[in-house]
Amino acid sequence: MNDTNQKIGFIDNSRLITESLVKAGADVFVGYPITPANLLYYYANKRFPSFFAAPDEITTVQLMTGFSACSRIPVTATSFPGFALMIESINMAYMMELPMVIVLVQRLGPATGSATGGAQGDISMVSNIISGGLAIPVFSVSDPVDNWKISAKCVEMAVKLRTPVILITSKEEVMTQFSFDLNKLDEIKPIQRKFYEKDEAFKPYLADESLIPQFLPLTNTKHQVRYTASTHNSNGILQNSTKEALDNTERLHNKNIMHIKDYTFFKYDKQEGAEILIISYGITSMAAINAVETLRIEGIKISLLIVKTLFPIPIEYYNIVDEYNKIIFAEENLTGQYRKAMFGNQPSNKISGVNKMGKMIDPEEIVLKFKELVRETRTKEMGGVNSEQ
Amino acid sequence: MKKYLNDNPLPFCKGCGHSLVSENTEKALNNLGIKPLDVILVTDIGCHGIIDKAFQTHTVHGLHGRSVALASGVSAGLNNPDKKVLVFLGDGGATIGMQHIINAAHYNYNMTVVIHNNFLYGMTGGQPSEFTPLGFKTPTLSEGADHSNYDICKIVAAAGANYVRRIIGIGDFSEQLTEAFSVKGFSLIEIIEICTSYAVKANPGMKLGKVAEKAGLVAKLYVNEDKKAFVTKVNNAHESLIEQIKVMTVNYKSNIKKPVRIMISGSAGEGVQVAAELLAKSAIISGLNSTKKGSYPVTVGVGFSSSEVIISPEPIKYTGFPSPEILFITSQDGLDYAKATISKMTENDCIYLDNSLNNPETKAKIIKHDYRNKTGSKYASIYALLYYINSSGIFPKEAFYDTFVQNMNSSKVDITTLLN
Repeated sequence: MNDTNQKIGFIDNSRLITESLVKAGADVFVGYPITPANLLYYYANKRFPSFFAAPDEITTVQLMTGFSACSRIPVTATSFPGFALMIESINMAYMMELPMVIVLVQRLGPATGSATGGAQGDISMVSNIISGGLAIPVFSVSDPVDNWKISAKCVEMAVKLRTPVILITSKEEVMTQFSFDLNKLDEIKPIQRKFYEKDEAFKPYLADESLIPQFLPLTNTKHQVRYTASTHNSNGILQNSTKEALDNTERLHNKNIMHIKDYTFFKYDKQEGAEILIISYGITSMAAINAVETLRIEGIKISLLIVKTLFPIPIEYYNIVDEYNKIIFAEENLTGQYRKAMFGNQPSNKISGVNKMGKMIDPEEIVLKFKELVRETRTKEMGGVNSEQ
Repeated sequence: MKKYLNDNPLPFCKGCGHSLVSENTEKALNNLGIKPLDVILVTDIGCHGIIDKAFQTHTVHGLHGRSVALASGVSAGLNNPDKKVLVFLGDGGATIGMQHIINAAHYNYNMTVVIHNNFLYGMTGGQPSEFTPLGFKTPTLSEGADHSNYDICKIVAAAGANYVRRIIGIGDFSEQLTEAFSVKGFSLIEIIEICTSYAVKANPGMKLGKVAEKAGLVAKLYVNEDKKAFVTKVNNAHESLIEQIKVMTVNYKSNIKKPVRIMISGSAGEGVQVAAELLAKSAIISGLNSTKKGSYPVTVGVGFSSSEVIISPEPIKYTGFPSPEILFITSQDGLDYAKATISKMTENDCIYLDNSLNNPETKAKIIKHDYRNKTGSKYASIYALLYYINSSGIFPKEAFYDTFVQNMNSSKVDITTLLN
């Protein structure tokens, strides 16, 4: 760090996330305090143009939705216990197509679990919070520069797609302080919003080929606006299950799938000749990067995929996976939640996991798993005789 | 000619009080002379909630019981007392969302909540709500309710609403609605109704006024005040969180060639986190990279306090470590907390242990010293750290001096003496 062009600060990702969200245009934070999202709450209180201390997490997302309907861009930060309470209301905002960003800081569960323990235990939950299994964008990042860039991207995608967006992180990622060169932070421009401008009557849920309807806030006095959480037609009128209304609900899913290229983020560190791929995300991606370095120093060929867009799962991940004989998923949960999201529950010779609960995965554990896998493969190739025994 | 309602027939059962509420709302809004698109009607789930399609105002249709919270967000988002936020809510929704009603009254958001209280859940088959009066029968309560009802007017009055009134929902009550709608801040009007589908058959010969009277639901004005309504604060001039960061200049040089993992384990209130931060920052101005994390129980003022610091000449990609190379233990709390860590340490590692503590079983080298008594227990961690910096030469002690002076200018500790 001796480079004189550097601007070194001692910072944390909560600060980067908060500043990035505000720079991108988020302008109201609503929250109920919870460990380990406390720092986000603290910074938000100092930085957001408007700050609301909500009495609970259901009220939090209800208030956010009201703000969003008035064209403000709301953000909250919570952990599993709060997030669980929010789910119905997030579904409401999703159905109304009102943008917002929810930062979910994972801690060790179940239930209240260990408030100050880290985890990646909420991946299965966020993959399917929208009833019907409809797609909602979920991002997970660990690197400080990614925290900066992708937090802003969350605001942009929430507004562009008219959907709630979830940024999932974890205790160790948002509470750890580190030395950092502030020059690595690119400028973030606020999102420019476009509202419906025509004279013809406004249909709040009528979409063109982009599948994204135009927006008008409740502050406008020219057109009637209807926001509806129940199944509805393009006018926003509650309908039981007419074709128009069901098509509208289907569109909510399709728009997020259709535009996925705009928000697909991953880092693929490919090594020619490698037969094994490590996949990781969030806090564990730091250990995975370290493990890959260690293996390569030993002359071993290995590739690494760090996924940043968790859901909906981009097709690119499967294309990359197809290049390899073996895949190791490293994630800080007991059951391999992202592994199962990608490949289901069926046991497979190709897919394995490094999993742990209650403590960060150590790079050494990934290295050991890799070597164990190589040994097993060699044993099989030699007809079941383990040469090392 | 209707102005706020459209020409569609109202969607309610014949004789239902909900129709009267809509018709009286039309009259009341007309009395106010407000433009339809300055009105935002927020509804939720229940028979009353299907009304929004009959309104030509803006409409928002949300989740069961949450309409008051949603409308609070709308009201705070509009931030304009000339707009009229109306909430239509049933007694079922008011039961689920009681907290939201109390909260909205307490904050005094600009809105009028109209509770359609017909003592039961009409949409799902006539189940009782918390508003069902003692003895009142429903299809699922053939013996009658065995406990008494909430009095929402008293609750909301106590929460700080500007205006609270209860009326029996018969005939023309548009004057009362006009009065409630014209209030700035939070107003609530409870309308006592009868469900023609479920309550009439279950309670033959019942008179609405009598039921209300027996339940203690007096039709009257409870509150009419003019307390200041909620205003959303908007401040676009907050300083950037990045601009606030103190940029650090590298003034010193460290000779360490590889990462050093350091843990401080002590008691809350004894400067553990501060010491760790000073250590990390001193390393940074000595040209090193550094990370710091803290662990402590949720009751931050008592029990153990521990911090893990990595200092490294190379960028730190992984911030965890299974066990430290250097461990400071300054109190019994710290020793208890670090037990598992100590067992993992090797003969290459070192534990700096306060004189007052018994040696733990470990392969690591133990260096004992009196950290707690030299400067008082409050500075035990800082003192231990200084002892280490002085003896190890991990970075120049001047780096620590500078960091201390910059970050702890109010401290009474004489850093110059300590450093020697």
